[in-house]
Amino acid sequence: MDTPPAVRARGITKYFGEVVALDGVDLDVAPGQIHGIVGPNGAGKTTLLGLLLGLAVADRGTLEILGTPVGRALAVSDGVAGFVDGPGLYPSMTAKQNLTALAALRGDPTQTMNIDEAIAQVGLTDVADDRVRGFSLGMRQRLGLAAALLTKPKLLILDEPSNGLDPAGKKHVYGVLTRLAADGTAVMLSSHRMDDVEQLCSEVTILSTGRVAFSGPISKLASEDSELDYRVLTSKPAAARRIARQTHGIRLRDDETVKDGVELLIISAPIPSLDEFVKQLVDDGIAVRELAPVVSPLEAAFLALTEQQETN
Amino acid sequence: MTATAATTIDAPVARKVSVARGYRFELVKLLSQWRVRVLIIACWLAPAAFVAIISQQASLPVDTLFGRMMHATGWAGPLVLLGFSGSWALPLLTSLIAGDVFASEDRLGTWRHLLVAVRSPRRIFVSKALSSLTVILVLVIGLVVSSTVSGLLVIGNRELIGLDGHLLSPGHAAGAVFLAWLCALAPTLALAAIGLLGSVALGRSPMGLLLPAVVALAMQIVQQLPVPVAFRLALPGYAFISWNGLFTSPAQRGPLLIGVAVSLVWAIAATGLAYFLFVRRDFTNPTHDGSGRRALTAGLLPLVGLLVVSTAVIAPVSGFGSGIDQDKVQKAVAVEFAHLYRLQTKQLNRADVTEEQLQSAAECTKGGDQVAARGPGNDWRCVVSWHIPGVAVAGSAIYQLDINPLGRYVSDGDGPKEVNGFFLVRTPSGDEPNPLWQFDGNIELLPAK
Repeated sequence: MDTPPAVRARGITKYFGEVVALDGVDLDVAPGQIHGIVGPNGAGKTTLLGLLLGLAVADRGTLEILGTPVGRALAVSDGVAGFVDGPGLYPSMTAKQNLTALAALRGDPTQTMNIDEAIAQVGLTDVADDRVRGFSLGMRQRLGLAAALLTKPKLLILDEPSNGLDPAGKKHVYGVLTRLAADGTAVMLSSHRMDDVEQLCSEVTILSTGRVAFSGPISKLASEDSELDYRVLTSKPAAARRIARQTHGIRLRDDETVKDGVELLIISAPIPSLDEFVKQLVDDGIAVRELAPVVSPLEAAFLALTEQQETN
Repeated sequence: MTATAATTIDAPVARKVSVARGYRFELVKLLSQWRVRVLIIACWLAPAAFVAIISQQASLPVDTLFGRMMHATGWAGPLVLLGFSGSWALPLLTSLIAGDVFASEDRLGTWRHLLVAVRSPRRIFVSKALSSLTVILVLVIGLVVSSTVSGLLVIGNRELIGLDGHLLSPGHAAGAVFLAWLCALAPTLALAAIGLLGSVALGRSPMGLLLPAVVALAMQIVQQLPVPVAFRLALPGYAFISWNGLFTSPAQRGPLLIGVAVSLVWAIAATGLAYFLFVRRDFTNPTHDGSGRRALTAGLLPLVGLLVVSTAVIAPVSGFGSGIDQDKVQKAVAVEFAHLYRLQTKQLNRADVTEEQLQSAAECTKGGDQVAARGPGNDWRCVVSWHIPGVAVAGSAIYQLDINPLGRYVSDGDGPKEVNGFFLVRTPSGDEPNPLWQFDGNIELLPAK
């Protein structure tokens, strides 16, 4: 028997009054996949995640979650957990009390994860008995994730989970999400941080004004033909500049910069021309110390969409 | 939306959380708030401290009903507290508990979390309503137990003088005090329900939190105005006043039963409206807390309608006047004087006389016959006369009455020095307050049978 997708949406449309929040959205998320949702403000990310959590129902289209059709609000399976618009926590209670109360609400201990274990997974053991009132945004995000983990979800929905996280917190959260995905849990997260999405997600859906502008593997965003800006740091900047001018398909950008007293080269090139350029540099005995896109393919796509939206 | 058949992943089915679990969850949240904990401690300790402090003071809270008896019996303490609670404490307590139970989720932004966890707005509503009711009951029980235990320990389990001057034995006083507090639960429930409605309808607005207190204050103001009895009895807070009728003989049950019934109808109506608004609220937009024109039309207007209907239903029974007339005043003063005269006789070790032998009577006028002898006012004047067996001449005393629109009066006497010439009377056990010097009474506002 084929394993159905964790999420299968077809033609999802959602209105708020006369405003079209989602317009014919198709989406597939496989079990064990970390799927990012990105898009400008007002693109419909939170609305989509809210639908997946069962907070609302679509006005049109079909939605299956964990293989079960969803026809009314709050009817999604217990295997779905997460939060939108920040985790719901009660500041007068400690971290542990928050989770204990939530676990007691569920009732069945076999269906819930050990509370200490959930707190440990997100790295909050030291503050487990502190009131949430004193928690930073990042700590609240981590506790919100722990609350979601309690129910041993098969589909985890997280809205901006990296908001306010420090590097240590981010490491904990990413570790948890990666382990969950490895164990077969589908994770859907929205974020404004493109680097986070690129680091975590295997696939991404870009939303713009309620419509899907792109959905698929992030690697597909950087297609062979698309031209991106790259930052190149070499041992001989002048020689590298000369080679760049001679290589077909490479355009030198006017903006030069200096890093640690060494001149950086900014070039614009498709992938084949970039490969040829690197080959020439190596043939001429020039060391390539850094080669990276100025903006990631995802961020470039995001910016293009944002600019397009502003133009419209 | 089209349903599509598909194989399911090994995921638990959607389950709603039971009301019992939701109730426990809400109770844990409420009790984790320092504000609620402070209120519980205050309600269980402050009344005891109040009664103990008053017992050590020379002056008494005579402006409050039964206040002048706080040195005489421990049963006066819980009644003084009930008078104060009906005006101030219970509206404020219901505001802080029921008035915030829904709004707090708006403030904390936790509605979506709660909905995903519980999966049923109906069960959330029931859980919240029951948990806030539980906490309010704990607070009320604290007020009763604390003031009663302190009164009995510090002052003693003694007889209580009723509002018509008759004596209630300690056992009867205990029953009447318990019943009075029980009756006061009805308007407390009505205020709690108004709190739920405000909390649902007004969301984050501070008015949601304050609504029970504001409504209670408005009702108090209205009760002090010369409004028709029917309207007075149709207000959901009237049972905070009409428990006085339990302390007369026979008990004035009519206004009390009407007041309790009205309060319960208000409690049901306001809870129903809150439920109606809550289950129809759109939680998909976190910036919208449900307040708005619909809250006004679906929340306020039906209650205004209920007040109008209640007034119309009660009017044939109560009439549309003030409920205070010359006959009622004369009868109340004469009966109370007779009861208190017998009490004074007992205090002074004089030969006992019965009410029949006393044949006490009162002739009362208002405003020196310049105005019609009816309605509230501080210009009532009663000439009380009585007979003592074996004495040919009837005794008489003059009492100046201040009758408020609720039918309560304070009578200040002037007469023979042996009867009400002095504030204190010299008894074998020492000086005691003279029961005929100044006394409180209560006139039933419903027409006499």
